[in-house]
Amino acid sequence: MPAAFDEMRGSGGDLRPAYLQLARWLGELPPGFLPQRMREAELLFRRIGITFAVYGEADASERLIPFDVVPRILAASEWATLTRGLEQRVKALNAYVKDVYGKREVLRAGIVPEDLVFQNPVFRPEMNAQRVPHDIYVFIAGVDVVRVDADSFYVLEDNVRTPSGVSYMLENREVMMRLFPDLFARHRVAPVENYPDELLATLKSAAPATAAADPTVVLLTPGIYNSAYYEHSFLADKLGVELVEGRDLLVKGEIVYMRTTEGLKRVDVIYRRIDDDFLDPLAFRPDSALGVPGLMSAYVAGNVTLANAVGTGVADDKAVYSYMPEIVRFYLGEEPILKNVPTWRCREPGHLAYVLAHLSELVVKEVHGSGGYGMLIGPRADKATLAAFRARLERDPKGFIAQPTLALSTVPTCVEEGIAPRHVDLRPFVLTGRDRVRIVPGGLTRVALKKDSLVVNSSQGGGTKDTWVLDA
Amino acid sequence: MRIRIRHDTTYHYDVPVGGVIQMLRLTPRNHDGQFVVDWRIDVSEDCRLDAQEDAFGNIAHVFTADGPFVALTVLVEGEVETQDTGGLIRGAVERFPPSLYLRETALTAPDAAIAGFAADARAAAGADPLATLHEMLARLHRDVVFDTDPTHAATTAAEAFALGRGVCQDLTHIFVAAARALGIPARYVGGYFHRSDGVVAQDAGHAWAEAHVPALGWVAFDPANGICATEAHVRVAVGLDYLGAAPVRGARDGGGAESLAVRLLVDQAARQVQS
Repeated sequence: MPAAFDEMRGSGGDLRPAYLQLARWLGELPPGFLPQRMREAELLFRRIGITFAVYGEADASERLIPFDVVPRILAASEWATLTRGLEQRVKALNAYVKDVYGKREVLRAGIVPEDLVFQNPVFRPEMNAQRVPHDIYVFIAGVDVVRVDADSFYVLEDNVRTPSGVSYMLENREVMMRLFPDLFARHRVAPVENYPDELLATLKSAAPATAAADPTVVLLTPGIYNSAYYEHSFLADKLGVELVEGRDLLVKGEIVYMRTTEGLKRVDVIYRRIDDDFLDPLAFRPDSALGVPGLMSAYVAGNVTLANAVGTGVADDKAVYSYMPEIVRFYLGEEPILKNVPTWRCREPGHLAYVLAHLSELVVKEVHGSGGYGMLIGPRADKATLAAFRARLERDPKGFIAQPTLALSTVPTCVEEGIAPRHVDLRPFVLTGRDRVRIVPGGLTRVALKKDSLVVNSSQGGGTKDTWVLDA
Repeated sequence: MRIRIRHDTTYHYDVPVGGVIQMLRLTPRNHDGQFVVDWRIDVSEDCRLDAQEDAFGNIAHVFTADGPFVALTVLVEGEVETQDTGGLIRGAVERFPPSLYLRETALTAPDAAIAGFAADARAAAGADPLATLHEMLARLHRDVVFDTDPTHAATTAAEAFALGRGVCQDLTHIFVAAARALGIPARYVGGYFHRSDGVVAQDAGHAWAEAHVPALGWVAFDPANGICATEAHVRVAVGLDYLGAAPVRGARDGGGAESLAVRLLVDQAARQVQS
């Protein structure tokens, strides 16, 4: 694997301009200063209460995601490129979802194979030919981006169902500003604190035509047992909207209402953090106790906006991902600004043969997996793991894609032996309203804390960092 | 044949219910073999029935009824003129290409036993899909015992097939699962069946399957009766499985335990319907 690009030192070891002040500051610090600040940060997070349920760990149903106090810094020009690329990508994703549930031109043109849509478990036949308010499907997208050198950003994954993590972006910034006011004084860091305002503006802009002038927005959560419940309550609080569970809402005459102490109140926009399957027991899983009976009937009648729309998952699984460059060209007639990682679709026999022959060099992922589960990193796997994965691939080739192992960029990180480079990715949040696209400068940087590890998922021992975008 | 249907469903609640919401797929549409002469739905409580076309082209009605009440009756009645088309379904509302109906659902996921059943039927029938479907129809009708006891609305195809018993819904799920396992698009049909033996009062609506055969289009197979659909079948709703075509999906607010009474009369329109 080639040496990784370091965002502070580049490939050659010379300091990159965005990091000049940070490097100087790090050099001035007395020994023991950063570890002390790390402990303070942890205390602050414990007091705020950010926790994250880690699947597969019975003894730790809630645990703190490690936070690294060394910020990751992006120059204004780098952010400008990213912004253009993200906006383009999300525009194409929206057009794709609309088309798949509408005219299906992308299928007729042969850009995406029909079975990838119709046989996709997250395709929702119920959405077929239904109009959604203002034709917006993906209001909130979390696009995972990695970089491999000074100029190349790759999209690793699109998340257009119920992407999470934005609370960390906001909390990380708040904690950093408390701990390091002097470091902020040396930089012009673009703010991220306005994210809740931007999100609320986005949601309100998408209210159905029948809504009141000041639409009522609620955040629908599956409840306290959901791994992201903290984020749901945090965001509802920041947005100044009601945090509701399914039982707090009801549908009457194709209108959604919220039960309040003063009686029923009409709801216009639902920022839902419940998966499609559980939204409405009359339309989807009949055993769902989390949803709202009849919600889909109000939705298809055009009386409520769901953000994100039902069925957006058809745009973000890993098999569809491999078609994204063509999807961008098809709908926008433009070349994609952000790169796609070359992807072998194991559903195609030729691709599968290549993947099986090069397993030890590739990263293999489940088409419907997430969170870094069920993934093979060929170069790091032992023989037994490779053999087991080979068997899985041969059994269910459609369930997998493979990619070259990318040398993710590294960023200085505070670890036991001092400051050392660790691999990172970035999840910026892209908001699409009726009026415009909004992207706050920054996002969630996830860092693989283990030396040489490429897995940044918090469920697999990754941590987070504050992400600074410098004003020009 | 002109078929007259009167179908009422009454829910009794142990304690007064606060409210009920239901989604009804109880309204037949026309196709080449069926013309809806007259049809109405009546709900005993004061409410508005909102009609929508669902994704599969079915007419769905949603209503919400505010409590308190202790009983609710949904009455459906009407007349449908039918013709025997040899099981061919043409002129129906189609919202998807046939390949959509290869989707697997929880109720129709084939297990090894169903896949084996399908493969055996194909081997016995030769490669021809129509012959294979007929072979599956005959085998299911012969081998799966009609029995209302062991299965319920949430029984999967695999469970019913393992039991070797079930009702028309289960037989249909098995047929659909087996056809899809062979790459033949198949779907679930909910409707009514006019019995030729003169029995008018029935316990429940009927269910059968449609499978897509390239040269013919959609063909209806009724595994509970071991026949292709005839003029005795009134087609009401289609879906990927029972849930997608379910006559009623509902939820309620309170009400305690619920009991259900169904009265269904399916008769030739020329004759007097006793109710």
